[in-house]
Amino acid sequence: MKGNSKLKSSFHKIILALLLTPFSAIAEWGLNMTQGVTPISQEIYNMHMVTLWVVTVIGIVVFSIMFWSIFHHRKSKGAKAAKFSHSTTVEIIWTIIPLAIIIALAIPATKLLIKMDDTSEAKITVKATGIQWKWKYDYLDEDLTIYSSLDEKSAEVSQRNSGIDPMQSVNYLRDVDEPIVLPINTKIRILTTAADVIHAWWVPDLGWKRDAIPGFINDNWAIIEKAGVYRGQCAEICGSGHGYMPIVVKAVTMDEYTAWVSEKKIEQEAKNNTKDMVLTMEEHMTKGESVYKAQCIACHQANGEGVKGVFPSIAGSSVAIEADNRLRHIQQIIYGKGLMPAFGEQLSDVDIASVVTFTRNSWGNNTGDIVQAKEVSEARSKPNVITAGDSKKEKIAKSKIDELARAR
Amino acid sequence: MASQEIYYVPDGSKWPIVGTLSLFITFMGGAMMFNNAPGGLYVLILGLATLVYMFAGWFADVISESLAGKYSKQVDVSFRMGMGWFILSEVMFFAAFFGALYYARAFSIPWLGGEGQGLHNGTHEFLWPAFQAMWPMNVMPDPSNYTQYKDTIPAFGIPAVNTALLLTSGVTCTFAHWALKKEQRKALCLWLAATVLLGIIFVGFQAQEYVHAYNDLDLTLNSGIYGSTFFMLTGFHGFHVTMGALMLAVILFRSLKGHFSKKDHFAFEAVAWYWHFVDVVWLGLFIFVYWV
Amino acid sequence: MSTLAHDDHHDHKPTGLKRWFFSTNHKDIGTLYLIFALVMFFVGGSMAMIIRAELFQPGLQFVDPQFYNSMVTVHALIMIFGAVMPAGVGLANWMIPLMVGAPDMALPRMNNMSFWILPFAFALLISTLFMEGGGPAGGWTMYPPLVLQTGNAFPFLIFAIHFLGVSSIMGAINIIATVFNMRAPGMTLMKMPLFVWTWVITSFLLIASLPVLAGGVTMLLTDKYFGTSFFDAAGGGDPVLFQHIFWFFGHPEVYILALPAFGIVSQVIPAFARKPLFGYASMVYATASIAILSFFVWAHHMFTVGLPIKGELFFMYATMLIAVPTGVKVFNWIATMWKGAMTFETPMLFSIAFVILFTIGGFSGLMLGITPVDFQYHDTYFVVAHFHYVLLTGAIFALMSAVYYWLPKWTGYMYDERLGKIHFWLSLISSNVLFFPQHFLGLAGMPRRIPDYNIQFADFNAISSIGGFAYGITQLLFVYIVIKCALGGKKAKPRVWEGAKGLEWTVPSPAPFHTFETPPKLTKEMLEH
Ligand code: HEA
Ligand code: HEA
Ligand code: HEC
Ligand code: CUA
Ligand SMILES: [Cu+2]
Repeated sequence: MKGNSKLKSSFHKIILALLLTPFSAIAEWGLNMTQGVTPISQEIYNMHMVTLWVVTVIGIVVFSIMFWSIFHHRKSKGAKAAKFSHSTTVEIIWTIIPLAIIIALAIPATKLLIKMDDTSEAKITVKATGIQWKWKYDYLDEDLTIYSSLDEKSAEVSQRNSGIDPMQSVNYLRDVDEPIVLPINTKIRILTTAADVIHAWWVPDLGWKRDAIPGFINDNWAIIEKAGVYRGQCAEICGSGHGYMPIVVKAVTMDEYTAWVSEKKIEQEAKNNTKDMVLTMEEHMTKGESVYKAQCIACHQANGEGVKGVFPSIAGSSVAIEADNRLRHIQQIIYGKGLMPAFGEQLSDVDIASVVTFTRNSWGNNTGDIVQAKEVSEARSKPNVITAGDSKKEKIAKSKIDELARAR
Repeated sequence: MASQEIYYVPDGSKWPIVGTLSLFITFMGGAMMFNNAPGGLYVLILGLATLVYMFAGWFADVISESLAGKYSKQVDVSFRMGMGWFILSEVMFFAAFFGALYYARAFSIPWLGGEGQGLHNGTHEFLWPAFQAMWPMNVMPDPSNYTQYKDTIPAFGIPAVNTALLLTSGVTCTFAHWALKKEQRKALCLWLAATVLLGIIFVGFQAQEYVHAYNDLDLTLNSGIYGSTFFMLTGFHGFHVTMGALMLAVILFRSLKGHFSKKDHFAFEAVAWYWHFVDVVWLGLFIFVYWV
Repeated sequence: MSTLAHDDHHDHKPTGLKRWFFSTNHKDIGTLYLIFALVMFFVGGSMAMIIRAELFQPGLQFVDPQFYNSMVTVHALIMIFGAVMPAGVGLANWMIPLMVGAPDMALPRMNNMSFWILPFAFALLISTLFMEGGGPAGGWTMYPPLVLQTGNAFPFLIFAIHFLGVSSIMGAINIIATVFNMRAPGMTLMKMPLFVWTWVITSFLLIASLPVLAGGVTMLLTDKYFGTSFFDAAGGGDPVLFQHIFWFFGHPEVYILALPAFGIVSQVIPAFARKPLFGYASMVYATASIAILSFFVWAHHMFTVGLPIKGELFFMYATMLIAVPTGVKVFNWIATMWKGAMTFETPMLFSIAFVILFTIGGFSGLMLGITPVDFQYHDTYFVVAHFHYVLLTGAIFALMSAVYYWLPKWTGYMYDERLGKIHFWLSLISSNVLFFPQHFLGLAGMPRRIPDYNIQFADFNAISSIGGFAYGITQLLFVYIVIKCALGGKKAKPRVWEGAKGLEWTVPSPAPFHTFETPPKLTKEMLEH
């Protein structure tokens, strides 16, 4: 696509001159669909180009005739209107020709679709679950689960009027804290599903997107042919964080992949066992802040004030201030409530302890409370005080946990 | 087809705007109730009352114009077309719910139960391993959210009786029409009264069935997709029967007053069409909701 | 008998509020519809301006994501249900009785109600923007479970849809009854102007598709408030079921927006080419085929939800097939121009631009219809570009064309041709600057319905926004032209355009309050098209 890139750069210059915007210089240009790194994505790209050319040619032919007529058959040039008003022959011709073109396009499309549908004989299966607003990946063959949310930096910059110029970070809104790692040259199955609303898993370089539907699983596959980092985004509106749930795939060799898996497993082991950790206030605040930025900022905002009418303010909230509400506060994060997702499975005891401490000591919430991991660990086994007394809600909360447990 | 007659174009009328306002108030009331806003119920009642007022007033105008002989044949045809296409739109409304029933039975439940390998590979295995596809489905994929019912309503109990009732009412309605065409007013009124009565009995049985379902069978709107489709389909149908019976009652009342003539009785026919439509929908319900 | 048969005193119009609130006159109701549509175009357009302002640069500058989403949602609902559909019905009201030689619409009182519902329905919808939790923010497609997370706005959204549906169904019934029952003697079906044909077919689409949507949103309501589980897998339902229901309505809906536009263009092009419409009969059949096919393609909006492969193939073929009858229409328009004696007044310019730009939108539609490739296009700006080409430079351009074409007939004065042409050229350029770059954005991977984006998309978004603002400001000129024309100007002749054919040009300009109170005697010449 050499011609294309030339076109790109000259176009680029014109625009630059036109807009005099400084940011053009760093923007990465894209005019066309990516060719991607899987056999399927390559074929899709070809199919796309073929169709594009077909319609372009049809357009040029049809509109050339029209413009010729517009120039020559105008009254100001003394044209006299003819009287004819139909011709069965030409009408048949221009029904048949488009039909033929369409059939010619449908045949390769059908073949490609059938190829895409075949998920058999995959070596590795990963289940991707969309959750408002992050992705959870279960490596089904490995008993490994990771969560992947928007990276802290983007989360901070993306706050309304954050005062930080997004132009400074190349991967603004396209970075995550935990990329999903996959081996190259291996048939990988990716199952998509969701825990709350519909999301869609899309990495353009892999050649497809697939909706993640709560309660159902969709089956897809890919063979990544080139090592590298591939970025995508959630592609189905899923609420206010829809623009903030990117996907990053790191494709590595099989060896690197195996190494990564064992490393992650050890990490996870450690994470599951933090109930005895005791941190100081400072440590809690630093850790809590980073957990907050990664997990909570999308809803409750950097200033802790939330979004009026949708996400309540934590700043000044009785839950986050009153001593009686400590347990409620911890459990709110473990079990979630209403639109707030449950974090109990995702966050370790110490993470929860830190974020609770952090929220109880920020934005004017000056309780001075320190919550330690042990308290969180205990809160996990206590009955849920948030839904206590409300049998229907309790049921729902319980089923959510079951759902998560099942999803695991 | 066009004719040479002069078409009656009514003067300005307040009823359309009253109708609009009444619907607006009704919707407002309904929405307020859903949001637990104070006074919602009163707004709703006010809206419905205005709605009734509008129907009464509007139809009174139409009836008096009709009795005054202002309507030509052509106006009559317009009314007929209006009613016919309105009924088609109602058919499509029911089609949405029948479609949902079909979809649940043919697709979603089998998929949840493990069919559709390849496409929804893993749905059953990873999400609902305990679920077994069946119809009627009385163990939900996630039982904690939904009310499990003890049993469904068998087709050959009340529903079969109701089928007979409604089919009979279709026949009596046709008898009434014949009587009208023969200008036998007394027979007309009797047959009409019979039709209304059958309709009322139908609704009565239906109500009893609902009470039984809710109280004895734990079959509710909350009983998963079976309960949802069952109550929405039969409920909307029951609502239509009620409306139809009400309309028939009005026609009966007008017949008693001698409003219709052998040639000129569009209102009667419109309601009869409606009644037959309700009848046909019921057959669909009986077969697909209760029976198979 | 004849005095009884007609209540209206000749040449006497009701005055004051009564004239507009109690109206049974197709022209007045048509005017109300058109004015309402224009106002709604501006309301929906202002929301689009908020969208474009937020997207002008990366980063969040003006609105919260939640509010952004509700702008997108309400923008679409207003443009579709508040601007394009009412404008089409307004034209139908004004022109169909004039075109078929009827004294009025068949059911004049119901006609009034179909109009007056609209402002109230939109009052329900727009009021939600001021509610706790904000307006509906799940996209105009209202997919569950997301839409079930809507706050207090939820029941208002649902009832607004029900209400609008009632209005449209009544409107459609009225049009069908008018066309089938009210034609003047001699006006046979195959002699009717094509605009009338497209509206009859559109009415069928409305009657068959809107009740299905009403059913679907009713299920949403019961799922939220009455514990049903139509769209919840935990109870045996499926969120995707809603999508089937929605698009069973939604795809015919897009043709509800497009077919009247086809009708308009089929009136305008012959008039300015001074040549009969080429292939009248095939135009009618093509329109009917499009309408029928439109009920069998809905799942092309759902290729990525995980349909069985047989379904995907079926819907791909059916979708691609629609290109054939649509192509027939495009070719017929061009053949109409061929060997004509064309002049290029504003209506003609808009119609020609329609033919080109709608076709470009159709081409991207065809690309979207190819299932495997749609896995890359779906829910990106490529789709946004597609549907704005068919909707804005399609439907709206055709509506503009219609307004310029018939405005002298409505007001009795000629509009300012020079300003009209300026309006056209500015609209043409700005709308392409607005939407063409969105193709690139989509291909480069920008998802739709996001308030903020990666910097790689910054440039095209900035260009697009500039085009958007330019297009928006240009429309102020349109309003000026219309108002100026309504207030005065050069007097219009009954036959405003030299080449215009049809009954509507045999009555004076402005068309008197009552026309064809007795069926007109049709001559052969009057029936030409
Ligand atoms: C006026 C409205 C309108 C019209 C007329 C169309 C017309 C078409 N649309 Fe479009 N469409 C929309 C409005 C419209 N659409 C909207 C609003 C959406 C998005 C909804 C949402 O998600 O919010 C959408 C989305 C949409 C999708 C889903 C994309 C996605 O979400 O992934 C698809 C996929 O198939 C599609 C296809 C088509 C096709 C094939 C046509 C065809 O009818 C086009 C046919 C026309 C031509 C092809 C051009 C003329 C023909 C010739 C000159 C003949 C020769 C041509 C060939 C042989 C190729 N449309
Ligand atoms: C008939 C239908 C129609 C029309 C006419 C338009 C017209 C416009 N649309 Fe819209 N649009 C849709 C139907 C339509 N749209 C639909 C169905 C969606 C999908 C929604 C969804 O995803 O759920 C959508 C989504 C949509 C998006 C995608 C949002 C997203 O996915 O995040 C964008 C973004 O650019 C957009 C922009 C515009 C613009 C700039 C116009 C312009 O043409 C508007 C021009 C009009 C005016 C501007 C008004 C007149 C002028 C003034 C009010 C004066 C003031 C002017 C200034 C301040 C400059 N529209
Ligand atoms: C998906 C959005 C979302 C995310 C992410 C989220 N919350 Fe919440 N949060 C909510 C919502 C919604 C509520 C209100 C729940 C209710 O009352 O129904 C809430 C309520 C709360 C409350 C109680 C406030 C009150 O006054 O009721 C606290 C404390 C809280 N969240 C803390 C957190 C912390 C800490 C995190 C991160 C670990 C977090 N939230 C992440 C949406 C979210
Ligand atoms: Cu998740 Cu959009
Ligand atoms: Cu479509």
